[in-house]
Amino acid sequence: MGETLLEVKNIVTEFRTADGQLPAVRDVSFSLKKGETLCIVGESGCGKSITSLSVIGLLPSNGKIASGEVRYQGEPIHQYSPEQMRKIRGNKISMIFQEPMTALNPVLTIGFQLREPLMLHLKLSKNEATKKGIELLKQVGIPYPEKRMNQYPHELSGGMRQRVMIAIALSCNPGLLIADEPTTALDVTIQAQILDLINDLKHDFHMGVIMVTHDMGVVAEVADRVMVMYAGKKVEEGTVEEIFNHPKHPYTIGLLNSVPNVDDPDFVLEAIPGSLPSLHAKIIGCRFQDRCQFASEKCRSQEPPEFHISNTHTASCWLESEGDSNGSSLNF
Amino acid sequence: MAAALTSKKINQGKILLELNGIKKYYPIRGGVLQRVQGNVKAVENVSLQLYEGESLGVVGESGCGKSTLGKAILGLEELTDGKITFKDTEIQSLKRREKLKFVKEMQMIFQDPFASLNPRQRIGHALEEVFTMHTNMSSSEKKKAVIDLLEEVGLKEEHFERYPHEFSGGQRQRIGIARAIALNPSFIICDEAVSALDVSVQAQVLKLLKTIQEKYQLSYLFISHDLGVVRYFCDRVLVMYLGHTVELGSVEDLFNQPLHPYTQALLSAIPRPTVQKNRKRIRLQGDLPNPADPPSGCPFHTRCPIAQDICKQDKPAWKEHESNHFAACHFAGQSII
Repeated sequence: MGETLLEVKNIVTEFRTADGQLPAVRDVSFSLKKGETLCIVGESGCGKSITSLSVIGLLPSNGKIASGEVRYQGEPIHQYSPEQMRKIRGNKISMIFQEPMTALNPVLTIGFQLREPLMLHLKLSKNEATKKGIELLKQVGIPYPEKRMNQYPHELSGGMRQRVMIAIALSCNPGLLIADEPTTALDVTIQAQILDLINDLKHDFHMGVIMVTHDMGVVAEVADRVMVMYAGKKVEEGTVEEIFNHPKHPYTIGLLNSVPNVDDPDFVLEAIPGSLPSLHAKIIGCRFQDRCQFASEKCRSQEPPEFHISNTHTASCWLESEGDSNGSSLNF
Repeated sequence: MAAALTSKKINQGKILLELNGIKKYYPIRGGVLQRVQGNVKAVENVSLQLYEGESLGVVGESGCGKSTLGKAILGLEELTDGKITFKDTEIQSLKRREKLKFVKEMQMIFQDPFASLNPRQRIGHALEEVFTMHTNMSSSEKKKAVIDLLEEVGLKEEHFERYPHEFSGGQRQRIGIARAIALNPSFIICDEAVSALDVSVQAQVLKLLKTIQEKYQLSYLFISHDLGVVRYFCDRVLVMYLGHTVELGSVEDLFNQPLHPYTQALLSAIPRPTVQKNRKRIRLQGDLPNPADPPSGCPFHTRCPIAQDICKQDKPAWKEHESNHFAACHFAGQSII
């Protein structure tokens, strides 16, 4: 650990729509070290997937990074041409998607899809790539890998397909793995297997992992650090202990209180009222104000800056400005 | 603790619904003549009782037959074998016309509320249809009833004229709930009713379902794969595996002293929303076996860490091991951790 792998500075990702430019990610910054897992959490539509797609350069054609920087090992990859990006993607930065059935090509064999990145990026011959492919399948715990190489995606179960996706993503020993809801479509027993696998491989290859998820349980299980997003903005960031044991932002607290805990028979479920504002909505002040029980006049007029609670813990909420015991606000 | 115990006490009152040896097989056809070559045994010999005013959770991995069970109870799937008794009447053999009376009392809330709404029909009109089918209300009465319903589930009168795409996921699920409670049912099946929703919205909908339950004395069959939600929401839990019932018990018993190794593994696999390193976990190996070619003996023996030779040969019986705590395992109660 220690070496910074990825640095994202103030990125704004906009979509061109009939109603004009629509910012889906608003001024988000974060960084990731080698061997670290960062979880991005939030409700659907909060911009967590778009943030990860911005990093890997896979935004839809009407979306673009309007401002800000994405640096991978110091290189400004947001300025790279599509050709340059293609050389990095699947090689140094890989991605695992939520739905392995739609991410795998149904008319090509598992073997073909596994060999492709190996032959393209590592310039292996077909025979070498086959050998490496079988090795990779073994590594992700697929039984009878030789047989699987000649099978098609539909012949495998959901958990197996996700393992194949992971094998493909890991084929070129990437430095950074982005996983967008990798286990949402899977059953709990299979989910546990996949999470363990990603964790083991992270240790083996010393990768940085960005995991996008809405499942607080998964976050607690795998994350080193957590970034909470709401309506396109980062609202809180901290180590997993800080976020789960001392959450500061009312939204983070609300999220944690809306997940029933299996171990706690006396759990009191507290819902966050209302729903996410639309991206079009022009909101003055804090974007969470309408759903926040602590919202004051200040929240409706001024946008809260990032307050530092500790070296690793930040929250964007005016509550943190009011002389918290260790709240040393930078901007105030 | 005491308060929680009383609130989750099993209401051993009147039996509302009784299932007796429910079976649902889907034939596999093949060959030139499309003969039946085998069966996918989606639900295999399920018997249980549901009491008035209780919530019974049904959990298990995908493909374990939990949704098929729900559909079979409602008559959306024809039974292969078995008896369903609802309010002391055997309903599976009734004629269509007689059945209608009971259909009103049994409703279902589906996972994807968008798929169950007509995108070109206003919400108000979609809900009015329920009354058109089952009552003789005039159109002004119907409109009033629908607006009452909308308010009941936390929507507003202005939503009457809107189309489904104008609603968020949580609001759509509220519409699904409004439709289900329109005819004052006594039993509602929730098939993954909150699974597609974001956690904050999920909590809102769960609270709404609880409020309605108290108000109308409803019984729920709550099908879900989320054990956290089941623990919060249900009084009793049924665990299914490959079409078989493997364990049934009160929420307390089942979560604190799971008898069946599959239940233990399932509980251990859930990611907890609390940070604790080095938690002891059981990892099940492999996937669910193919239901068209189920294993001999105990259906779980292929993945069970404590399976013995007897498990491969003899199917374990469904037994009451403790009071109101059933399990089907030769070694029930043995911990696999």
